[in-house]
Order: sequence, then C-alpha cells, then structure tokens
Amino acid sequence: MTRLTPGFADPVLDAQASFRAILEAMSRPGRIQTIDGRITPPAPLCSAAGAALLSLADADTPLWLDAGDAVAEWLRFHCGAPITPDIGAARFVVACAAAPSLDSLDIGTDEDPQLGATLILQVAALVAGDGWRLTGPGIQHEHRLHVLGAPAGFVAAWARNQALFPRGVDVLLCAGDSIAALPRSVMIAEG
Amino acid sequence: MTEAGYNFAYLDETTKRMIRRAILKAVAIPGHQIPFGAREMPLPYGWGTGGIQVTASILGPQDVLKVIDQGADDTTNAVSIRRFFTRVAGIATTEATGEATIIQTRHRIPEKPLTENQILVYQVPQPEPLFKLEPRRAETRRLHSLSDYGLMHVRLYEDIARLGHIAKAYDYPVMVNERYLMSPSPIPAFDNPKMHQMAALQLFGAGREKRIYAVPPYTPVRSLDFEDHPFRPIRAPHACAICGSKTSYLDELVTDDAGGRAFICSDTDYCQERQQAPKAAAE
Repeated sequence: MTRLTPGFADPVLDAQASFRAILEAMSRPGRIQTIDGRITPPAPLCSAAGAALLSLADADTPLWLDAGDAVAEWLRFHCGAPITPDIGAARFVVACAAAPSLDSLDIGTDEDPQLGATLILQVAALVAGDGWRLTGPGIQHEHRLHVLGAPAGFVAAWARNQALFPRGVDVLLCAGDSIAALPRSVMIAEG
Repeated sequence: MTEAGYNFAYLDETTKRMIRRAILKAVAIPGHQIPFGAREMPLPYGWGTGGIQVTASILGPQDVLKVIDQGADDTTNAVSIRRFFTRVAGIATTEATGEATIIQTRHRIPEKPLTENQILVYQVPQPEPLFKLEPRRAETRRLHSLSDYGLMHVRLYEDIARLGHIAKAYDYPVMVNERYLMSPSPIPAFDNPKMHQMAALQLFGAGREKRIYAVPPYTPVRSLDFEDHPFRPIRAPHACAICGSKTSYLDELVTDDAGGRAFICSDTDYCQERQQAPKAAAE
C-alpha cells in the first residue's frame, strides 16, 4: 500500500481559493491563473489538476482517469468520487497521458447542455503571449495561449466541439500549478 | 469575528461544490439557466436567497462585499445581507463601488463602471424570460434549446401596435451572445446597456426558482428591439435634487401632500461621491 499524501490543509479556504482561480480562468479563457493549493498529489497528477478536482469533484461526479491506481486511490479518499471506466458517463475526465478524443465524452443535450463533461487535460506547459488566438465570450479582443504538449489535432477537434454549441465539452488545461480554461464558447485559431 | 458553529460563509462544502460546478457551466454557456439544488436560507424567498447562495459560494476571506438594494446601500435588504456575511464569513464590507470585489445587487447596476477585478451577483426573482408568455417549463426549455424566441418578439410587437412603443421599463429581455434569451432580473431598462461588454463577471442566482446563470466578461448583450423601434433606455428627464446628476438613474419621491415631487439618484454611493467631490475640490 502506498502512502497517501494529504489533501487541502484547509479544506474550506483552499477549495475556495482554488475555485476562484478556476472561475477566473473560465471567465477569461486562455488567461493563465495560478492555483496555490499547497498539495502534492501522487504522480503523474500535477498540483493544479489535483486542486481543481479536490475543489469540484465529490460523490455526485463520476470521474474517468488515466493516471493510475495511486491517483485513483487519492481521489477516492479525498473527494469520495466514484471512478468509472465508462468515459461517456464521467462528469470530470482526467487525462494525464494520451488525451481521449473529445467525441467520446458526454456533450449534454440541447435542453441540458450543462451536462457536458469537463476535461481536465494535463499538458507540458502553458505560456501566454503567443500560440493560439482565442476569441469569444470573456475575451475583449483576443487572448494568446501557447500550449506545450497539446494533443495532436486538438484545434480541429475543438472546432468540431465548438460547432456543437450549446452542447459540448469544457476543458481545463493544467501544467504544474498553472491553469487555463477553454469553455465550449471559445474559438481557437492557430497562431 | 465570525459566528461560532457555522461553516465559513454559512453553506456546507458539498452545497458550495454543487453551486460552484453550476457556476462554471453557467459561465461556459452564457445566458443558459442551470438548475441547482437551492437550499433553505435563514431569510425568506424573495429576499435574495439565490444571490446569497452564489455570493456564499464564491466568497473568500480577502473579498470586500458591497450589497445594494435598488441602488441603495442603506435599505433593509442590503443592510441585513451585509450583516449576514459579516457574521458568517467575517469579511470586510463597503459601500464604495470602487472598493468592492463582489457586489451583490437587487435590481440595479451601479453607475460607476465595474472593473475586471469585480464580480456582480444579481438576485433574480424569475429567471425565465418567457414565463409570462409560456408557463410550462418543459416548453420553455424546448424553446431555449431551439433558440425560438418568436413569442417574445410578438409580445414586444403587441406593445408597439397598442401603445406605439415598447412599454417594458424593467426586466427588459436581452439576447446573450446572440444565442440565449435572458432575463436581466428586474433592473431598469436604463441599466441594460451596461451589461453589454462589461469588464466584470456577472452571475445570476434565483433561489426559489433554483436556477443559476451567468454572463462572462466582454460578452455581447443586446436588448431585443426592432429596426424601426430601436431600444431606448428610459430615464426621468430631470437632474438629481441632491447631487445634480443629469446622467444617473433617478428615483421619484413624493415630498408633501400637495403633489410636490423630487428626483434623486437611485445609486446612493454614486450620489454621495458626487456630493463630496465639489467639497474636496473647494478645500
């Protein structure tokens, strides 16, 4: 049995701070926020993804993940979230290795688009200032975001996801302690 | 000092997580109403239970809260909600629009333009803009999914046919990002243009109706109108009797039994700031 690392030192205020960083990221797509969750989740989960899950996932949100048993055990203990092998049934999908295709996730329905899943995608690094050109709600003119280690063909897959609006998948990009969000309403053009 | 025996900001963590997930989806789908499990709050429905639950879920110890009721900081509803959060969260409150990080509002948007560092939380009595035209929820959900808003256009057209103009002075329906028809809550139509491309995030909470929706920053918000009857924000054609403002939204006061009337700013903080500004310049 591996030694379980602790979750939030202060479950109330740390969850609040991490939620506000995610809310800020979601409201201003492509702007990089820092989550100082003061946690060390088991590898390969990075601290931003870990903090996002601790603050949002619980018994009501089935998780799908490809991060291995140690992470599954950690999340099961700290969030009490059920882990599902069916990616289409998951509310949160955690991808640390090869990203699953966006088509395989739950996209909600026309009447209940909010049932669309949230993909927590771990990437190598997030850099502001160049790379993708993002436009849409939350963005005054244009935000630039360079995602190192983005899955191949992501921009084309995103265009298909975006065309489904209001149905679709929302993405949280995590790298180390930084986080950026791609809500389904945002449009991405290659830089 | 916070009240003993309560979690920070009153709500338990499971409820906050549920509301937070709803808020994130609301931001991702601008203008779409998300159902949520609204809790009983220690004040009655109609007093801002939806707004309070949204505020409680986003609030942190570093936040500075401002609460307004029809623009005023000193009315019962605003004072009691401010005191509630001082007691259960121990946070700082303010009456100055510029100092607040979270502004909870009932039926007004402050006159001072909001910034990127602020969040505006609306208290919403009826989140469904089509409710008076189509009371069946199952039907309005379908109309929203099809973006079929002919009913509302007919409603506005009937006003024009009967009265010659659109006679809706508050809760004037808006299109958010050209996709969803949304109730802006009963703010005066005068405030509608402020929602368009606002720098601050706007969150809406309806407690009794159990719905949350949002308008992200810098999002197009268009008041419904017709080419030959463009939308007109309505304002009383007077100047504030106290500060003299000719641009702010005015409340009409009856001052005596002889039909005497006065108009004063609805936004008390804006009015106060203007009263102090000339004094500061004179000193």
